[in-house]
Amino acid sequence: MKILVKNARIIEPSENIDQVADILIVDGIIEKIAPKIAASGNVQEYVLDGKIVAPGFIDMHVHLREPGYEHKETIETGLDAAAAGGFTAVCCMPNTNPPIDDASVVKFIREKSEKTLNGLVDVYPVAAATKHREGKELSPMIELVEAGAVAFSDDGSPIENPEIMRRALEYSNMLGKIIIQHPEDRSLARGGMMNEGLVSTSLGLPPIPSIAEEIMIDRDIQIAKYVGASYHAAHISTAGSVEIIRQAKKKNLPVTCEVTPHHFTLTDEAVRTFDTNTKMNPPLRTKADVDAIKEGLRDGTIDVIASDHAPHSFDEKEVEFLEAPFGIVGLETAVGLAITELVIPKILSINQLIEKFSINPRKILSLPSVKIKVGEKTNFTILDIQKQWKVDAQKFKSKSKNTPFDGRTLIGKCFAIINNGRVHFSD
Amino acid sequence: MPLQSRHLLGLEGVSRDDIQLVLDTATNFREVLERPIKKVPTLQGKTIVNLFFESSTRTRISFELAERRLSADVVNFSVAGSSVAKGETLKDTARNIEAMKIDMVVVRHSSPGAALFLSRVMNANIINAGDGTHEHPTQALLDMYTIREKFGKLEGLNVCIVGDISHSRVALSNIYGMQTMGANVSVCGPTTLIPKDIKKLGVKVYHNIDDAIRDADILNVLRIQLERQDRSFLPSTREYHNYFGITKERLSKSKKPITIMHPGPINRDVEISADVADGEQSVILQQVLNGVAVRMAVLYLLGTGN
Ligand SMILES: [Zn+2]
Repeated sequence: MKILVKNARIIEPSENIDQVADILIVDGIIEKIAPKIAASGNVQEYVLDGKIVAPGFIDMHVHLREPGYEHKETIETGLDAAAAGGFTAVCCMPNTNPPIDDASVVKFIREKSEKTLNGLVDVYPVAAATKHREGKELSPMIELVEAGAVAFSDDGSPIENPEIMRRALEYSNMLGKIIIQHPEDRSLARGGMMNEGLVSTSLGLPPIPSIAEEIMIDRDIQIAKYVGASYHAAHISTAGSVEIIRQAKKKNLPVTCEVTPHHFTLTDEAVRTFDTNTKMNPPLRTKADVDAIKEGLRDGTIDVIASDHAPHSFDEKEVEFLEAPFGIVGLETAVGLAITELVIPKILSINQLIEKFSINPRKILSLPSVKIKVGEKTNFTILDIQKQWKVDAQKFKSKSKNTPFDGRTLIGKCFAIINNGRVHFSD
Repeated sequence: MPLQSRHLLGLEGVSRDDIQLVLDTATNFREVLERPIKKVPTLQGKTIVNLFFESSTRTRISFELAERRLSADVVNFSVAGSSVAKGETLKDTARNIEAMKIDMVVVRHSSPGAALFLSRVMNANIINAGDGTHEHPTQALLDMYTIREKFGKLEGLNVCIVGDISHSRVALSNIYGMQTMGANVSVCGPTTLIPKDIKKLGVKVYHNIDDAIRDADILNVLRIQLERQDRSFLPSTREYHNYFGITKERLSKSKKPITIMHPGPINRDVEISADVADGEQSVILQQVLNGVAVRMAVLYLLGTGN
């Protein structure tokens, strides 16, 4: 099968390429890139009018909820949402039921995802670092890697015990895999519902101090340094965390981190509505934190943008604030928010955006790199960075609609993805 | 003139005119309470539910008395004695109540924002009788009424709220309401019981009770909740009493007489000594009586306003 993509603005930061050209794809492999390629024979042709063709995006922090919580999301609906949002790959987190702490669960997810949308979206399971995600005993990491796990995390919960963290880092490092920490000191965060500060005080909501996150990252870096293992902090949210990681990177420690779009878009002021879609963990922070996160993205301290897509059914969120579960969906708004909040205000260049959505996460996870180059497999995210659109949660492909961004106007959207020989349009 | 809102969810953002209106209206009802027959037909035909998800006998009784004196039909709905305890969501509870053609709901709930939540899913007028550690607007209104009764004004008075500010449902409503009325509001307590950034609300913070007493016209003394001890906010209630407790001896150092308020229930000899609670500067029992009048005013204004 032949596909001809015409008039594409190809951006390949790893090769320093930014050019308008046509791309001929034969049986899923890039055959030719040239200024003008004439269609010949039986070929599907797509004219892009200068839309950006980038190496396929990966969201390295997604809760697909299956197995166990299919009323929130299934592998099928989650991957449909990922494709619509512009992601050719996702990493799914292990807090399912049963959790991903056994090779059979990894296999189940892989098999099911390969059948979904004919394998359009690659799924890389992140397995639990400890059995039952209880933080007490290491999970069978070698078996899990053999089954296809790409990293380890107890996400949803932190790995609290420092000795277990040490062992998890040592053991996973032996396998060439990273530990992804959900950085939260639970004794400091206990009972908390939102960021501690003026807003929590004004609303009488139990607070989560910024130090709950920072202390855990600080500690983890000490352990990672001591054992010489790679460590990745998930969804960092405070100015302090950015600074701690900046300093660690200056010392060339193998520390990386990610941030979610909501943490660079919203502040804790949004919680004043008591909208349960502003309740997430880590919580929305202050303007100073948002500014520090933007600076961290700009100067490279923050490596990755990941959505922390956390679907919850409408009735689970339509409760009083204390009772509502933490988290929001993010797959279908991540790219739009990143372009609107970071690229348009010139905090990030398009190249940097692509690094944070495609190149860096693959590097951190040691996944095969994706390149727009003759002879490579086709794995594209095609962006329309001018498109103005309105978020309509009811139109989400995700089974859940829990977003604080419903009705918000964004600039920039995924137009289509091409992966594993399939072309998939977003609208 | 009606209130600007159909609900009383809190005092944050409530205008000076509205607070004034409630306090003025309460004066009329306070007079009713002195009559031999303490009942008016104002809310005849209206049905009010007292929806209490937390037990609070005195607040519920105060509301119930206010409702009956306005001739409303009253239904009490407490978690302990109903189906709500087991599994039903707040929204389902709200819908069930709405289906019974209820006009007004007085709600006490442990979650901040619960009254606001009800106002979004119900058509009835909602009155917040305490939503977690957020607001308890009728308590602050009755506090303001009591101060105004004694001082003839609120403007320029120094009101210090003493005790566990972090876990109080009274403190924020007091701060919001009294600041709107021109009082200078401060708080006093150990650092562990003062929420972060409260100064940004324009509130002065004391950690030394003698300093607070020196500056205050009124002390609003909050209950120290013994049941929070497991979280190590305080070494002991004895230490609290010794360093923050309001005693006759401490008050005697002040040059001017200081008015003592307490929202109840009192832990005698913890946050306040018995002789102060019962002393002549105490207006604690007036607060209880005024509470009924203020709640009558709120119910009347909301119940007849739309
Ligand atoms: Zn997490």
